[in-house]
Amino acid sequence: MKSTAHDFKARARRALGDAALRRAMAKAEGGFVAKRQAAVAALPEWKELCAAAREIKEHTLQNLDFYLERFERQCEARGGHVHWAETPAEARAIVVEICRAAGARRITKGKSMVGEEIAINGALEEAGFEVLETDLGEYIIQLAKEPPSHIIAPAVHKTKDQITELFHAHHAKLGLTERVTEVPAIVNEARTVLRKGFLAADVGITGANFVIAETGSTVIVTNEGNGDLTNTLPRVHIVTTGIDKVVPTLEDANSLLRVLARSATGQEMSCYTTFSTGPRRAADRDGPEEFHVVLIDNGRSRMLGNEFRPMLRCIRCGACMNHCPVYQAVGGHAYGWVYVGPMGSVLTPLMVGLDEARDLPNACTLNGRCQEMCPMGIPLPELLRDLRTRVFEEGLDPPRARLALRLWAYLARRPNLYRWATELGVATLGWLGRRRGRFASLPLAGGWTRARDLPAPAGETFQSAWMRSRGDAR
Amino acid sequence: MSGARERILASVRHSLQRDEPLAESIAAGLEARLTEPRPNALPALAEEGLAACFTTKLTAAGGRVSRAADVVQLAILISAHLSEFQCGRQLLVAPDPWLNSVPWSNELSVERRAATGDDRVSVAMAFAGIAETGTAVLLSSPDNPTTLNFLPEDHIVVLPETRLVRYLEDAWARLRAEFDEMPRTVNLISGPSKTADVEQTLQVGAHGPRRLHVVLVRDA
Repeated sequence: MKSTAHDFKARARRALGDAALRRAMAKAEGGFVAKRQAAVAALPEWKELCAAAREIKEHTLQNLDFYLERFERQCEARGGHVHWAETPAEARAIVVEICRAAGARRITKGKSMVGEEIAINGALEEAGFEVLETDLGEYIIQLAKEPPSHIIAPAVHKTKDQITELFHAHHAKLGLTERVTEVPAIVNEARTVLRKGFLAADVGITGANFVIAETGSTVIVTNEGNGDLTNTLPRVHIVTTGIDKVVPTLEDANSLLRVLARSATGQEMSCYTTFSTGPRRAADRDGPEEFHVVLIDNGRSRMLGNEFRPMLRCIRCGACMNHCPVYQAVGGHAYGWVYVGPMGSVLTPLMVGLDEARDLPNACTLNGRCQEMCPMGIPLPELLRDLRTRVFEEGLDPPRARLALRLWAYLARRPNLYRWATELGVATLGWLGRRRGRFASLPLAGGWTRARDLPAPAGETFQSAWMRSRGDAR
Repeated sequence: MSGARERILASVRHSLQRDEPLAESIAAGLEARLTEPRPNALPALAEEGLAACFTTKLTAAGGRVSRAADVVQLAILISAHLSEFQCGRQLLVAPDPWLNSVPWSNELSVERRAATGDDRVSVAMAFAGIAETGTAVLLSSPDNPTTLNFLPEDHIVVLPETRLVRYLEDAWARLRAEFDEMPRTVNLISGPSKTADVEQTLQVGAHGPRRLHVVLVRDA
């Protein structure tokens, strides 16, 4: 998927004025937050299990080369093929070539964020293959020709009415001419349409939540069962995944599973957790004849060596975005690429370039909820601050912002001047706004006042109020 | 693209500031972690009794759990399921030898093979049941084709009570003891197929089975 992260500000502004998006996001937020909270409250050992999960990831990252090579060896010992891709372009070429060699025409896909990261659908369609997304959310956005807006619920931005119209527009030609308006009927219609696709597919492509060094297995976690129809029915199963997904043993995968579903959907276990190891065995009556795993780097090995290593602990549960006030206000599309919310604001600049995504690290109030909710304890606010520093150091922010920062830095280093300037500013603003108590417009503050009023200061700075109260206390 | 492999591994090692191969002592430690896998931190089980715990968890996730004293009762329970949900008289049963002794009703036409898109009901055999989460563990093999678990609308899973374990970790230990290698597919099934992709409204019966019915069999 091509990044439009450079356009974040304009997209965020449009999103804030989108009434349908507001309705859809309001429904989703409460659901995710409440379900996670209930699941965590029901498990007294939550913190301990998160700590264990974090330790496993840290251990694996510290020995990543060892575990990747072991995974490769074990997967190939079971008859699988392991491919390595440094870049999205290399990964696309590998997948297209496997499909060509298999003489494939139709391809089904399970939801895979790495698939979106490498923009595999476009490459396959360009090469002449028919590609069908089979996760209901992914199917909806495929019909709408939109990118996902959430890593767990890709169509979370769509209202039921919008889906009704979308299905009507696309399914009428299949003979399904009646509008389906209720959730059960919508899901049923998708089931009917996609079932044909599953049975006709030559190649199935899924991602992986984990890959296991001990056994050479790949693991997917789903609720719909679409991932399993995708990896069982076609002749060829291809897994696209990042090199950060490896864990040592089956037991280690268990520990991560215990925190994944609870953080993502509030379930103790998703309905289907599936371990795939190689192609079908000699006497098997079903299963794919070929099994391929494409291990993708795309900047991950570099992150391993710098301050962003903790980001490689991410298990893609989506809890950070579900608890982010910025994400909840603007939705996923504003972020302009595959990964959204706090984790996306860290990953996107690192994967598509800081220049392209320089606004994302600023789309954060530093309230810290994401880090608090993250089962892997990733210090997301800290990483976002590091990215802000990088943006400034590399001179990527606009001249006006740099000037303002320089001015502020000049003042901040001169306490007396700072006190004098802020007292003057606050007193002036307080006097100007003494009647209405707020400003509808103010020179240099258009970015704020375009969308809301600026409250007038009470006439005293924090520092002077602080000094006064300490004086009182004595 | 073997060049890519070498470059990725080199970049990983560079980031780990390790230009030499792993020291022998460290490699031995990692090797031991892989060859003698140990459970990490485990949560306490919610209640006493494996069957009770399993039943509570799976029921909460939208599955149904029944208990049969023996294979005769098992056959009766399955016939009752077929009537209750108007499943017809075709029954697709996994070729697993354990199911050979089940006295199916004469009214049923039983087939033992992989599933197609036309099969309405399947009966599959579980390798283990996990009390912690109410999860059935099914292993692929010629006797237990994976398609039985996903194509039919009604998925009936037979689980002898002796195969109930506390944690998934226990199931892995059993699997390692009984098999030389991982089966092609291990399915952990914890409920019927469901989705919440339309306005976060939970809807059962997305792409896989609309109903999951696990029958615990006591005398097995």
